[in-house]
Amino acid sequence: MRPSRWGTVAIVAMVLTSAFPLYWAIVSSFTPEASLFVRPSLIPHVLVTEHYRALFTQRDFWVPIRNSLIVAGTTTVFCVVVGGLCAYALARLRFPGKVPLLGLILAVSVFPQISVVSPLYLLLRRLHLINTYPGLILPYLTFAMPLTVWLLVGFFRQLPAELEEAAMVDGASRLRTIREIIWPLALPGLAATAILTFVYSWNEFLFALSFTLGPERQTVPVAIALFRGQYQVPWGQILAAAVVATAPVALLVLAFQRRIVQGLTAGAVKG
Amino acid sequence: MASVRLAGVEKTYPNGHVAARGLDIDIADGEFMVLVGPSGCGKSTALRMIAGLETPTGGQVFIGDRDVTHLPPQERDIAMVFQSYALYPHMSVRENLAFGLRMRGAAKGTIAERVEAVAQPLGLEPVLERKPSQLSGGQRQRVALGRAMVRDPKVFLFDEPLSNLDAKLRVETRAELARLHRRLGATIVYVTHDQEEALTLGGRVTVMRDGLVEQVGPPMEVYRRPVTMFVAGFVGSPAMNFLPGGVNAGTWKGPAGWSIRSDAGAPADGRAITLGVRPHDLAMTSAEHGEARARVDVVEPRGSELLVHLRLGAQGRGEEVRLIAPPEPVPDIESVVGLHADPQRLHWFDTATGRRVDG
Amino acid sequence: MTRPPLSAEHREARLGWWLAAPAVATILLVALFPLLWTVWESVHLHDLRMPWLGRPFIGLQNYLEAIGDARFREALGHTLIFTVATVTLELVLGCGLALAMNRAFRGRALVRAAVLVPWAIPTVVSALLWRFIFEGRSGIANALLSDLHLVRQPPVWFIQAGLAWVPVILADVWKTTPFVALLLLAGLQNIDASLYEAARIDGASAWRQFRYVTLPLLRPAILVALIFRTLDAFRVFDLVYVMTGGGPGTSTEPIALYTFNTLLQNLRFGYGSALSVIVFAVTFALALGYIRFLGAGLTETRA
Repeated sequence: MRPSRWGTVAIVAMVLTSAFPLYWAIVSSFTPEASLFVRPSLIPHVLVTEHYRALFTQRDFWVPIRNSLIVAGTTTVFCVVVGGLCAYALARLRFPGKVPLLGLILAVSVFPQISVVSPLYLLLRRLHLINTYPGLILPYLTFAMPLTVWLLVGFFRQLPAELEEAAMVDGASRLRTIREIIWPLALPGLAATAILTFVYSWNEFLFALSFTLGPERQTVPVAIALFRGQYQVPWGQILAAAVVATAPVALLVLAFQRRIVQGLTAGAVKG
Repeated sequence: MASVRLAGVEKTYPNGHVAARGLDIDIADGEFMVLVGPSGCGKSTALRMIAGLETPTGGQVFIGDRDVTHLPPQERDIAMVFQSYALYPHMSVRENLAFGLRMRGAAKGTIAERVEAVAQPLGLEPVLERKPSQLSGGQRQRVALGRAMVRDPKVFLFDEPLSNLDAKLRVETRAELARLHRRLGATIVYVTHDQEEALTLGGRVTVMRDGLVEQVGPPMEVYRRPVTMFVAGFVGSPAMNFLPGGVNAGTWKGPAGWSIRSDAGAPADGRAITLGVRPHDLAMTSAEHGEARARVDVVEPRGSELLVHLRLGAQGRGEEVRLIAPPEPVPDIESVVGLHADPQRLHWFDTATGRRVDG
Repeated sequence: MTRPPLSAEHREARLGWWLAAPAVATILLVALFPLLWTVWESVHLHDLRMPWLGRPFIGLQNYLEAIGDARFREALGHTLIFTVATVTLELVLGCGLALAMNRAFRGRALVRAAVLVPWAIPTVVSALLWRFIFEGRSGIANALLSDLHLVRQPPVWFIQAGLAWVPVILADVWKTTPFVALLLLAGLQNIDASLYEAARIDGASAWRQFRYVTLPLLRPAILVALIFRTLDAFRVFDLVYVMTGGGPGTSTEPIALYTFNTLLQNLRFGYGSALSVIVFAVTFALALGYIRFLGAGLTETRA
């Protein structure tokens, strides 16, 4: 296909549109509160760091960050390990019940989160897990596990089966085949899946909102959404918090762009 | 080295597809056996069952004296060269070659020695540290070969190893494989769909169709005395001409007035009998002589010979027939000629069963 | 012939089940079981503010109440408006973007970044960003509109009913269109270029090429995008909660938010569960409908 002018125009438009709110948020987060709504201008005149400092001195923003890291991190590790084993079995081994299992996983990913909030709430309450880390990680598995399995099945299917057969003929047991052949080749796929799972967990809102009670266990999205000022909405701090909340995932995603795009579209388009 | 035997091997898949219907194949120690047949005939499945990558649903597989039917591939002491080579992409050539020995717990020194011993005759020394993606097709094929050789297995299995190579490389590699067999004296089971490969490489050839063995024998025997119409038509290129007809009162009569007397080679009985004659055994004569007449349709010069397509009958409206002629004289298109079949090279088949009938 | 204790196929099947079991157990425990519990709850009266009432079985009463509940019906309507608007916009814009991106060579990495970052940021953050942009009389949006003289008076987006939809829909479109474009782009790149050449030789105009080559071959990708986006749009929660809280009043309250309020504000678990079940049923019906109607092999497996 010959490159066209319309193509470049569209790309420029898309990049600008995507970038603008982010640019505006970053600029505003460095703008003094007083001038935020007075005369907004695209190029800032004054830059201050008062909002960022307030975040960490007045609001203890470390706490939600720590909470998000623990919850998203644990969910990711658990799902990649357990889901990875399941995905390998689904992609490679023949066993009865495989098709209904895949159907189950697909069906579960269709569940609206709201539909499982109430029983999870009652269950967690009975187990005294409201406002705890396990109390969030457990519900997170609802969406993280199907996601991980789905993505990894796609990745495993792309590995040629003949490699494993060759290894077996060469004398490697199943376990050694996994260790020496599959693991190194699956690593990029596992990494991409881990990142995606982490991003989804980090960004999750509904469960975090429902199953935590106070700042001690709230995750970053909840903490930001519930920012309250004494007299008015503290937009400066909110935006600063937003930048802090977004930076890690944005950087992660940018660093692994190609792998992530591969994973997302391979699974989707093949279907 | 060891012999390989399939006894009554059947394979039916869970979805109902039958890949093997009772295969009896006997491969002697040190023999080069080629399994050949069209797609779907079950040759690859048979190979995989010897390897242990598939388990038969009936029958037994023996390697040497051992019943290996239910043994996993790791325990069979066989080596396999896959169609796609299946080289480990994240390992260097050296590591690829060493893998099998490492899995069996060989000492580091032994591994290094054997890798060198194999790499040298295959010309792989300059590329030992490279990864497969950096090699050419021919080099990759040799690494696959080396990986099999380095383990000194009881049996070598080849699954269409030449199909990914271009024509010239294919011819060269074929010769390499023949040399290899001579040098190692290994038992080789080789699968291909290319009948030419089968004839040139095999010590013996097994022609398969639809999960069954049609014929087994040395290449020349299969070529000269095919026992069914399928084998006759599959082996040999260009394919054999088939002319349906019947015997009546001591003479076989076929299309366009083609007739051959029983004392000139035709069978005596009056069943439906098809005559098979290879293009190399058919010659053009003048229109008055010969057993039939035909009109020249297309002439394909092939350098050392001509492939002539004709249509039976003086009007050229009958069936198509092909023959190989010397490069000169070149016949005129639309000219009417006589056809003469070498009486020593006639094949007769029962039209209904396809089985060979003696003249 | 003797049968060995475990054939290779049996061993494989056992290994398969062992490997898959932990994940299956997790999913059953954490997703399927709660869903069944929700259905169970939905046929009971269960109000956490009035625990002395116990948990009596009341059959389909909650569902009947839902049908008669005006606010519920409105919420359904809001959800439909949101879904239709966002899915249509995202599909059309995404398709256009994908077509344009397919023909441009430069800036691949920039494009990917522009796509991925909006998608990766938390919905909460995106909601806040757009709220900020449209906030008050002098947010940047109003400032631009005024400066460009497109309006006489800056609108109060979040206070005037009906206007609030604009920033909400815009926020969703901003966040998701690039991703839809990416999905469609992958589908486009799977189309063999020689088909277009053949069509051109046959004399087809650009529009006809699009209609007869691109669209049919893009169908699987469009279908996937449609399914995912429709389901996501139908379940929208984060965006609206943070941006408008359902307001002004309840004029932008989607069904998930209404259910949430019923459950965790009003603590009416029985009734809220019934609403949850309805949401689930509609979502599932939509998914099945898409699959059956437009035909996709989403559960294909390797034998």
